[in-house]
This record gives sequence, C-alpha cells and structure tokens, in this order.
Amino acid sequence: MSHHDEENSAAGRADEFLQVFKKGAEFTQDLLKENERLRFRVVKLEETLKEKGHDVVTDGPEALELKKKILELEQEKEEILGQIKVVEEENQNFANRYVEIEEENNMLANLYIASYQLHSTLDFKEVLKIIQEIVINLIGAEEFGVLLLDEKTNLLEPVASEGIEISALPSIAVGSGIIGESVGSGENYFIESMQGYERDLHKPIVCIPLKIKEHVIGVISIYNLFEQKDEFTNVDYELFTLLAGHAATAVFSSRMYSDSERKLSTIQGFIDLLTK
Amino acid sequence: MTGYKVLVVEDSPTMRQLIVFALKRIRGFQIVEANDGVDGLKKLSAEKFDLILTDINMPIMDGLKLVSMVRNDPNYKETPIIVITTEGAIEDRERALALGANEYITKPIQTMKILETVKKLMSV
Repeated sequence: MSHHDEENSAAGRADEFLQVFKKGAEFTQDLLKENERLRFRVVKLEETLKEKGHDVVTDGPEALELKKKILELEQEKEEILGQIKVVEEENQNFANRYVEIEEENNMLANLYIASYQLHSTLDFKEVLKIIQEIVINLIGAEEFGVLLLDEKTNLLEPVASEGIEISALPSIAVGSGIIGESVGSGENYFIESMQGYERDLHKPIVCIPLKIKEHVIGVISIYNLFEQKDEFTNVDYELFTLLAGHAATAVFSSRMYSDSERKLSTIQGFIDLLTK
Repeated sequence: MTGYKVLVVEDSPTMRQLIVFALKRIRGFQIVEANDGVDGLKKLSAEKFDLILTDINMPIMDGLKLVSMVRNDPNYKETPIIVITTEGAIEDRERALALGANEYITKPIQTMKILETVKKLMSV
C-alpha cells in the first residue's frame, strides 16, 4: 500500500469516528430532552394527583361520613374519660370512707372493751387499776393522778397515780385552781398549747371530772403524755367522755359495794357476838 | 382458713382483750393469751405458735427477756415477733429489734396499725 492510500484510509476512519461521535451527541441531546419532558410530566401528574386527592378528602360523601364518625368517637372518648374520672373519684371516696369506718369500728371496739372492763368488777382497787390501764394504754398518758371527792371535807384526795408518787399529789378544794374549777363546773379541761409546758401538779394538761349525770365524784388529772404521743385524737375525746361516765359509775358502785361489805361484816360480827 | 396460732403476751387484761379482739377480726387466727414472759414461755413450749405479740413492761419476766429467749429456741428462730409497748425511745426500739423482734409498735394502742403489721408479717 502506498503512502497516499494510507492517508486516505486514515481520513476515512476519522470521518467514520466523527460521524459516530456526532450521532452519539445527538442521541445524548435527545435523551436530555426526553428527561426534561418526563420530569415536567411527573411534576404535572403530581400536581394533578394532589389536586384530585384533595378534592376526594374534602368533598366526597364517604369522607364526610368518616369525619362525622371521627367526631362521634371523639365525643364518646371524652364522655368515657369523664366517666372514668368520676368513677376514680368515687373509688377514692369509698376508700377514704372505708378507712374512716375501720377507724370508727376500732374506736367502738376500744370503747366497748374499756367500758366492759370497767364494769367487770366490784373491787374498788381493781376498778382504779383498770382506769389507770385505760389512761396509759388507750390515751397514752405517762403521768397522771386520780382524785376522788371526799364529801365531808369537800376536798379532792388522790387515790391512784402513774409516773408520780401518790404522796406528791396535792389535795385540792373544789372550785380552787384548774382542777378544782373543772370539778366545780363538771367540764373537761384541756390546756391550750403543750408547747413549753412544765409539770405543775396544780396545773395539769387535761382534767376529766368523773361524773354520774351531773354529780361529780372525782377527777383524772393528766400531767404528761408519752413522747410518741404529741396530740390528742378524736378517739381520746371519746374516751374522755366515756371515762367521765363509766369510770365514775364503776368507782361509785365498787366503793359502795366495798362499804356495804365492810358494814355487813361488822354487823355479822355483832350478830355472832350476840348469838354466841 | 389460714389456721395460724398466735400468742399474745400482755399483763394488762384490758389491753390483752383489746389486742385479742382486734386479732379475731383476721379469719382463721387461733389466739392464746399469756399474762407475762414466764407464762408466755410455758405456752410456747407446750405448742407451736406462728406469731407472737408481746408487751415489754410485765412482772416476773419482761418482754425483752422473752424475745431474747424465744430467739434462742431453735423452734422459734424465724417466728415473727411484734413488740407492743409504751416505751417510745429510739434506743428501746433498737434494743428490741436487736434482740430479734420483727416489729415494734408503741402505745397508745392503734388497732389498725397492729392489724396492718400482723397482715404484713403473716402475708394474710
């Protein structure tokens, strides 16, 4: 092959290559255009769908029905939530009431046993012991005295004590001082505040006159409570009222019984002496 | 019926009755009463108890001595003991618990507290 022929052949191949390249460029241009067109179409379709979709949700009868149903369910839910709240409150009230009833039940049981014990004996000393047990264990008093009225002298004389020597307790005239006034009026006395209180045997923190109806036969004077007992509860006030009545009748009847027993034994002694 | 046997050791008849009255509200409890520590020990050796409630201040043998002796008895190593007392000081409580008491309740008597404690210890 001559040099001239070689040159012609190379030029032909370059031409061919250019043709192919040109076609490739045209094809790429077509692809880009098609891409552009399709993208435009996609956007259009999306817009249409969006529009159509919007129309269906807002205007269609099914959508309206569903909306109505949702509203109804929402209302129902609110009502149920309200009812649950009411039931919860009722439950809480029942629980509180149950605790109150339990407390009342226990208080009544305590009062029943205390009064039962007070009237279970005609032994004067035993009655005094039971009063002491009640005041210690049910009221929580650490230091107190029981004083009974001597009707001949009109003086309140100590007959029992706890936490204080009985000999240390003073005799008190009816109407004199806190204890005497409480006995005179027949009204329970409670100190206004126990803060800063220092024991004074003439100034107790509580005075409970022992009464049979309006007739006062003695008094319980409390000077100190246990360290774990810092205030009086409703049960205590009930117990004070109970003590005022039941302890008084128990003391009175046991004392009467002791006196009559003593008199009976004296009379029996005389009879024995006369009949011998 | 749980069938638990309970021993109540308390020298005051009034308080004993109060505690027994409260415990009777728990179904199935068989309650035995003792007047003091010695009486309590006698009853503990005669039959097996599942729960012991005791006072501290008692004649002849006090509640702390009773707790200590009960804990030294292999039959009562794990038996719950509740102390019910007027002694409110922290050191009294610590002493009772150190000797082996499971719970320490102070007087004045609070029936609900006693019942709650018993129910907790006995899982009833």
